Amino acid sequence: MRGRHGSSVGQPLTRLDGHLKVTGAAVYAADNNPPGMLHAVMATSDIANGKVASLEIEAAKRHPGVVEVMTPDNRPPIADPAGPDAPFGWRLDVLQSDIVHYAKQPIAVVIATSLEAATEGAALLAPRYEEHSPVADFDTAETFAATAAGVFGPARDEMGNVETELHAATFRLDEVYDTPAQYHNPMEPHAIVASWDGDELTVDTPSQGLIMAQRRISDLFGIPLENIHVRSPFLGGGFGNKGFLAGPQILGILAARLVGKPVKLVMRRDQMYGPLGHRGRTQQRFQLGLDDDSKLVALNHTIKAATSIFDEFVEPAGKISQTLYASRAIATDHQAVPMHIGTPGFMRAPGEASGSAALEIAMDEAAFARGLDPLEFRLNNYAEVEPISGKPFSSKELRACYTQGAARFGWADRPLLPRQMRNEAGLLVGWGVGTATFPTLMFNGQARAVLTADGAATVETAAADMGQGAWTSFAQIAADSLGLSLDKVEFRAGSSKFPDAGIAGGSAHTATAGSAIHAAGRDLIAKLAAIAARDERSALHGTGNKDIVARDGRLYLREDEDRSDSYIDILGRAGLGEIRSDSKVGPDDPIRSDYAMHAHGAVFAEVLVDPELGQVRVSRLVGAFAAGAIINPRLVRSQYYGGMIWGLSFALHEEALIDHRSGRILNADLAGYHVPVNADVVSLEALIVDEYDPHVNALGAKGVGELGITGTVGAIANAVWHATGVRVRRYPIKITDLIDQPGRSI
Amino acid sequence: MIIRIELNEKPCSIEVDDPRVTLLDLLRERLNLTGTKKGCDRGQCGACTVLVDGRRINSCLTLAFSVDGRSVTTVEGLAKGGKLHPIQEVFISRDALQCGFCTPGQLMSAVGLANEMPLRNDPEQIREAMSGNLCRCGAYQGIVEAIMDYHGALSTDGATHETI
Amino acid sequence: MKRFEYIRATSVAEATSAAMEQNAVFLAGGTNLVDLMKVGVSRPDRVIDISGLAELARVEFLPNGGVRIGALVLNTDLAYHPQFSRDYPSVAEALLSAASGQLRNAATAGGNILQKTRCSYFFDLASACNKRQPGAGCDARDGENHGLAILGWSLSCIATHPSDFAVPMVALDAVVEIDGISGHREVLLDAFYTLPGDYPERETVLQPGELVVAIRLPPEAKTFAQHSRYLKLRDRTSFAFALVSVAASLVVEEGMIRDARIALGGVALKPWRARAAETRLKGQVCSDTLFREAAEVALADARPSGNNAAKIELSRRLVVRALRVAEAGNTDQPRSLPGSVFAEQPKVSANG
Repeated sequence: MRGRHGSSVGQPLTRLDGHLKVTGAAVYAADNNPPGMLHAVMATSDIANGKVASLEIEAAKRHPGVVEVMTPDNRPPIADPAGPDAPFGWRLDVLQSDIVHYAKQPIAVVIATSLEAATEGAALLAPRYEEHSPVADFDTAETFAATAAGVFGPARDEMGNVETELHAATFRLDEVYDTPAQYHNPMEPHAIVASWDGDELTVDTPSQGLIMAQRRISDLFGIPLENIHVRSPFLGGGFGNKGFLAGPQILGILAARLVGKPVKLVMRRDQMYGPLGHRGRTQQRFQLGLDDDSKLVALNHTIKAATSIFDEFVEPAGKISQTLYASRAIATDHQAVPMHIGTPGFMRAPGEASGSAALEIAMDEAAFARGLDPLEFRLNNYAEVEPISGKPFSSKELRACYTQGAARFGWADRPLLPRQMRNEAGLLVGWGVGTATFPTLMFNGQARAVLTADGAATVETAAADMGQGAWTSFAQIAADSLGLSLDKVEFRAGSSKFPDAGIAGGSAHTATAGSAIHAAGRDLIAKLAAIAARDERSALHGTGNKDIVARDGRLYLREDEDRSDSYIDILGRAGLGEIRSDSKVGPDDPIRSDYAMHAHGAVFAEVLVDPELGQVRVSRLVGAFAAGAIINPRLVRSQYYGGMIWGLSFALHEEALIDHRSGRILNADLAGYHVPVNADVVSLEALIVDEYDPHVNALGAKGVGELGITGTVGAIANAVWHATGVRVRRYPIKITDLIDQPGRSI
Repeated sequence: MIIRIELNEKPCSIEVDDPRVTLLDLLRERLNLTGTKKGCDRGQCGACTVLVDGRRINSCLTLAFSVDGRSVTTVEGLAKGGKLHPIQEVFISRDALQCGFCTPGQLMSAVGLANEMPLRNDPEQIREAMSGNLCRCGAYQGIVEAIMDYHGALSTDGATHETI
Repeated sequence: MKRFEYIRATSVAEATSAAMEQNAVFLAGGTNLVDLMKVGVSRPDRVIDISGLAELARVEFLPNGGVRIGALVLNTDLAYHPQFSRDYPSVAEALLSAASGQLRNAATAGGNILQKTRCSYFFDLASACNKRQPGAGCDARDGENHGLAILGWSLSCIATHPSDFAVPMVALDAVVEIDGISGHREVLLDAFYTLPGDYPERETVLQPGELVVAIRLPPEAKTFAQHSRYLKLRDRTSFAFALVSVAASLVVEEGMIRDARIALGGVALKPWRARAAETRLKGQVCSDTLFREAAEVALADARPSGNNAAKIELSRRLVVRALRVAEAGNTDQPRSLPGSVFAEQPKVSANG
């Protein structure tokens, strides 16, 4: 593609939306203040199981400024939010009853003329409950066999015979690893500004999938799609949390309908620890069997994962075991643990993050038990084909990632034994490695390109930029596909008025929307070339499309670039004000079923650990990643950094603490629920490893947004072990895990 | 009560009928200056950072009544006459932002920190000083590099990776 | 937040008189109070804004060699005050290890020592908390309590005091100056705080309407200037409350400890002065063995209030470390990571 059209793709352009973002002019949902707007504040449940017995509605209404209180009694009717149209069947809590299934479930909405009045109105509701004891202790809760891993994955899968192979193995490892409940916590809380005009609705709300959001609203409210305009030009972070509309967003629309005025509803940070989904708590057992050559012969991965009482979403942690390391036999099994919590869901690298966090420690333990360097052990078990399917990889430069990352990090100097290195301040130093991997997905996507008589183009798709850089990288793809410079292309996104770009999730937005943009541009150029070829006055008369190169607003004949014609002239002579093309791309290309498609990487971590006090600091992370063609290396590097910091966060910081008696999360804020601060991030390097992939999509690009978390978590955990000799199998690794070891001196 | 402040170098007076209004909500909901963001509303994330009399503070924990008579600078007041403030320029060039939601707070913090302490050529000092501004996207490294650039002091130990 | 009457005080007398009203509170920096009001833990009817009282915003070096810190002196200003930070480095280090730059710019000295506990059950209105609602019970006892008190707790409350600043201040015998309608009085900071006992709703000796106007350090406090440190263990490198912290100050002459001060933070409902450990150190020659003995003495009365026994051992180790780095002495160069175990100069060995 680079050779054919333009030169934007591959360039490290700075963000085109950077100016808006540094001046405060980028408009996020809650920044909208339409005239006459009222403020809505949710009241949420203090209990995790039971029902709301009473609310002091009159007390709330007496508070100056309060206009209305919305409860199950007066909430405008909508279709069943757990009905068949719900994405994946998940239920939204939108005041359909007084039953409470988890803490922070919305129980009422107070609407007022000011935010202050609405907030106090919600406090004055002083709910009374009929409370039952919740299931809130993962360790003692009952389990059932999951029906699916995540949404699409089989809950159980087996290749070969794990039991037989384990029995025959010369070395066996059998350990259990715990990962906590984690909450996305995008910096921007979910917000919605909803304005009804008769049966027409405009909503400003952050959405990673605008057309899906539009459809959901249409289904729930029974109004036609074209009456609904969803705007989401900027998301203040998504990470999977804004993939589907959540209950509180629907409540904002309902509140606006109830009072007949525009309403703004912004969630409080604490309210985000309930109805928005999260990464579910897991407990994972690994049974590894090795032969005499330290090759895996058996990999048995059994997962217990929390779900809600009323819906099933089981963190698909087993996926990674099916695709990453070669083994004669592999089995995965997911068990669900229903609890009185909001339903878990997709959170950055769902499944792979938790699975990798556990698998990479297990691999490290096995390597050490066999006296092998952990990198050597991983190479020894390198998968040449996708283990579970036997399919060839569409491309896989993981060896190069290991080699380049190790060289950059200085891995060769690593002592095999733990507790061998100290820095000059006497702190323990440890080095660890982890393998990164994430599948290369693609969804259905559409785009539209319009070339006007002045030689400029607009390209439209309902894509979402949650920070990954869609505004920039998609404009680059658009410009190149149209053979125009960036300044001649107006790229439009972030509105449901544009063609469906699919969801900005699964690290597949570039593959999906980017491919759609590429296809729209390519088709438009083909149309243009056809017009020129038919035009006797064109230098390109009689040529065919496949021989044409589009560049800087001109079409050239490939073999003879002296024969060219400008877009303006071609359209002008044809008397056309504009030409347009609408594209549609999807994952159904048969070639995709012939290959296993994954991005890979290797992450190397250095940690410092105080030998007596156990405090840990990650002093260095080096990642080397291969993810096909790179649209914009500056943005891709930032995505890798972000992923690596998420990995650091998983390894050392994030954990929702649930009170086992009440089911309430005790650190539902940003002071107690730790994510890394600036001082936690000392040195990051992300090497971009060349990888050519002709199969994944027209762009040859794999996803980069989630890859960086995987591998990093385990690399850090392994580095902590290497520094201290203490093996912690529960995330996050805390000071007390390291000093509280009986008989250990750390 | 009528609150009189100097807002982004211009006098501003506004009648506020409710003592509960925070400076953050005054800016966002009553003055329509929405560049300043609300991430936690409890002083735990730094997205709402503005300068009051030149000092960076969390506007979410400051009552609007309390800033009567003082000067307030928000992200909207950084660029002058259509020209970006240097800190804004380096945030773009260092890709010190992703989703952009924490960015106004990061910028105000970056500008304000120099008024608090003598700056050394030391990225650790910047990291510590910027730790009150959470960035969930993970743009921290770019933020530190940008601030080192801005304060004219990017040292070799600060440049921990090759930039393009 | 409940609607309240807002009064901007123009004098201390006006403030203290206004505060005699039921359910009145003083507002200074607001970093703790406004948060508590948002959460609903504090629902005052009257808020008396004292932030404009310039006479309380001064640092005065007293003729007797002590220092008087006005209650409204901002944490940032105090920490970076050239003379103050030179004379009382552990106090400056504690201030800078706390919270964030933004919070330190708003938080005042008086507000800092009056901070409420960060116990999750205190903040969670649906939980039982004797401190919030006397007689309600304490859900922390059988709950998530790995970070809670190991010293001075009672069956009614196992919370800890979150202040960093107050820890070295207690170590250095700070005195609190209090104004009220009945006049001026002074209390040792260590005695200013009350332990939970059976009345955890009471936290200090302040009477209704009384206002902290200043905190004083006595003349001898600066004799520790060469060997005063504050160390703070936390679950992230910055912007986190202490799991355990220790302020250690020594007067060392030719390896001999002439005087010693130790206080621990994050272990009790008040900064915990370890006087017996100080006695153990005095007149002795610095050594790791001695520091370990002192740490044993300092934690002799410690017992877990729940699932937090590890904090006791951690506290012992931190006392040893703090003494070690205090002995090594202060440097002119401010630390980039104040209070952090990662702030050490390479010459200080972390090997025990």
